[in-house]
Amino acid sequence: MLKTIFAAALAVVALVATSGHAAEGEKLDHVAVDITDLASLQSGARTFVNYCLNCHSASLVRYNALRQIGLTDEQIKDNLMFTAEKIGMPMSIAMAPGDAKVWFGSVPPDLSVVARSRGPDWLYTYLRGFYRDPQTPTGWNNMVYPNVGMPHALWRLQGERVLKEQEALREGKPILGEDGKPRKVVTLVAVSPGTQSVAQYDKTVYDLVNFLTWMGEPNQLARKQIGVWVLFGLAVLILLTYLLKRAYWKDVH
Amino acid sequence: MANGTATKAHWAQQLFEWIDARFPLSAVWKSQVSEYYAPKNFNFWYYFGSLALVVLVLQIVSGIFLTMNYKPDAGLAFASVEYIMREVSWGWLIRYLHSTGASAFFICVYLHMFRALLYGSYRKPRELTWLLGVFIFLCLMAEGFFGYLLPWGQMSYWGAQVIVNLFGAIPLVGEQLAIWIRGDYVIGDATLNRFFAFHVIAVPLVLLGIIVAHLIALHETGSNNPDGVEIKKTIDPQTGHPADGIPFHPYYTVKDLFGVMVFLLVFAVIVFFAPEVGGYFLEHNNFIPADPLKTPPHIAPVWYFTPYYSVLRATTDELKWVIGIAVVLFMLWALVRRGSNKTRTVLLGIGVVLLAGLFLLQAKVWGVLLMGTSVVIFAFLPWLDRSPVKSIRYKGWMFKLALFLFVVSFFVLGYLGMQVPTTTLTRIAQVCTVIYFAFFLLMPWYTSIDKTEPEPERLT
Repeated sequence: MLKTIFAAALAVVALVATSGHAAEGEKLDHVAVDITDLASLQSGARTFVNYCLNCHSASLVRYNALRQIGLTDEQIKDNLMFTAEKIGMPMSIAMAPGDAKVWFGSVPPDLSVVARSRGPDWLYTYLRGFYRDPQTPTGWNNMVYPNVGMPHALWRLQGERVLKEQEALREGKPILGEDGKPRKVVTLVAVSPGTQSVAQYDKTVYDLVNFLTWMGEPNQLARKQIGVWVLFGLAVLILLTYLLKRAYWKDVH
Repeated sequence: MANGTATKAHWAQQLFEWIDARFPLSAVWKSQVSEYYAPKNFNFWYYFGSLALVVLVLQIVSGIFLTMNYKPDAGLAFASVEYIMREVSWGWLIRYLHSTGASAFFICVYLHMFRALLYGSYRKPRELTWLLGVFIFLCLMAEGFFGYLLPWGQMSYWGAQVIVNLFGAIPLVGEQLAIWIRGDYVIGDATLNRFFAFHVIAVPLVLLGIIVAHLIALHETGSNNPDGVEIKKTIDPQTGHPADGIPFHPYYTVKDLFGVMVFLLVFAVIVFFAPEVGGYFLEHNNFIPADPLKTPPHIAPVWYFTPYYSVLRATTDELKWVIGIAVVLFMLWALVRRGSNKTRTVLLGIGVVLLAGLFLLQAKVWGVLLMGTSVVIFAFLPWLDRSPVKSIRYKGWMFKLALFLFVVSFFVLGYLGMQVPTTTLTRIAQVCTVIYFAFFLLMPWYTSIDKTEPEPERLT
């Protein structure tokens, strides 16, 4: 009886553990972020302020928060601070929301906590999923977020790609679908190269996603480091209170 | 002052005597703690009452510190929570303690209630303790609901929108009632301000009062135990105390202290290493600021509300037929049962009213009614359980099977409440809803015919 209930509870726990950010249809590429990699975070910060921080704000983050990823005030002021006067000011932008709505169809969201709502995998796949599409107002479309209002901000780095429908092949032979016809797959094909190779571009996006993940919760590293000590302290307290309980309960039969 | 310590003790004793002459301090301590005799065989399930109390204190203390920096303003609320997470010293810890504490509170209370189901703690003479407990549970749900709006994320906003709209389903007055609750035509700044008032003062005040009453009632009757045997029946002639009882202090204070440490370890693992718990304790979409113009494609309440939310969604026109059949069976039973004509008329009257309701009211209204009933129905347990024994240890297979099916359907409903409904999932939810209510409504029948073992005289 109790065993079954425990089993049911375990099943629920397993369910919780395996579920993550919801992916809508599109299969996402997995990315293992590492917010202890300061070089990667700094590179991501550079990409962020140069390419994102024109249309997107990060108004819940102050410039001086970048000290936490190993930068000095001078480095921040000279290289990264383009939209503020003082280092304690937030990463806001000059574009008015009303204008943005007219230009892009919707206001570009603030990116302070975007990594917490979308998750790193979604961001990594999304930023590598743009392609040329003459039918959209911006001329760009996206595999993960169809008909997104955002143009490909990093296109000079990645280059231009287009959708191509091909017959799916396995060992040189077409794969047949359930209806007996050859199954089609949609792939992206490069039509003009960017300044970065595929591997370089993937690394740029990785660094950017890494930075966004850090920015979503700057205290997450400290949280885990403190957590280890808290668990250690509690383990000692468990032992002491257990011995105390045993000593008091000696005479209960 | 060679006699320093003795003088000090004397001084402290004098202080206690001074207080005792004016306030029953040591009398309350004795009657409620040091000479409150509790059964000596409490097991794992008996930790969760004291743990719920620990979580309550944690929520109040962390809540006070959150209030110092939170802004209940539709324009500022979302950013003020992130301000707490980023700029306030230890703000992230305070916030995670509070958000994890909310879920922990429900886990403790659910397990505490499950203990009562296992060992019949709601049975005579503890009906009032149980009723006060159900009242605590209702207040806790209100507290959780009001508090969830405060971060002002998309799920906060749309979750509140969905729940308040339910009141709109009530015939005639519903729409006006919903506007009165919101203070606006949609969830807005007025709603946020009043929910804040309810969350930080109104509901906690009521909650504290009933919790005190819950404990006073419990200590009047004495605690139940895994055997369901009243320890007050067997008094030790030498001491004058229950032979199978031990003073709550120091025995259960030290035992519960150990329980608290183990609980805090599990709690700390979540707070420090996985505060979102994969989107179940902190939903991903709640990191998007509330936007009245963008309805999220999928709105799910937090996990502790999902079983009841599932009941709501499962109530379709088809389920109304099932309810109709159940009402007809109930009326047939009322016709053939022995008893006075007066009772029969009343029972048949109830049946007629329910049938009329099925014809007149939409499935949506029935959904709201069933969702409310699925929570309140716990209050009737003391009178639904007709078994001659209290504890599951001596109950027969029918109760064990019923409880097992109930727990499974509770978990399944909870899971389904988070999912996007499909035809198959709705069908499963309907089956589970029927099982959920059958557990309660058929209890008088299956507990009275179930084969039980005799209760022992003393604790085993």
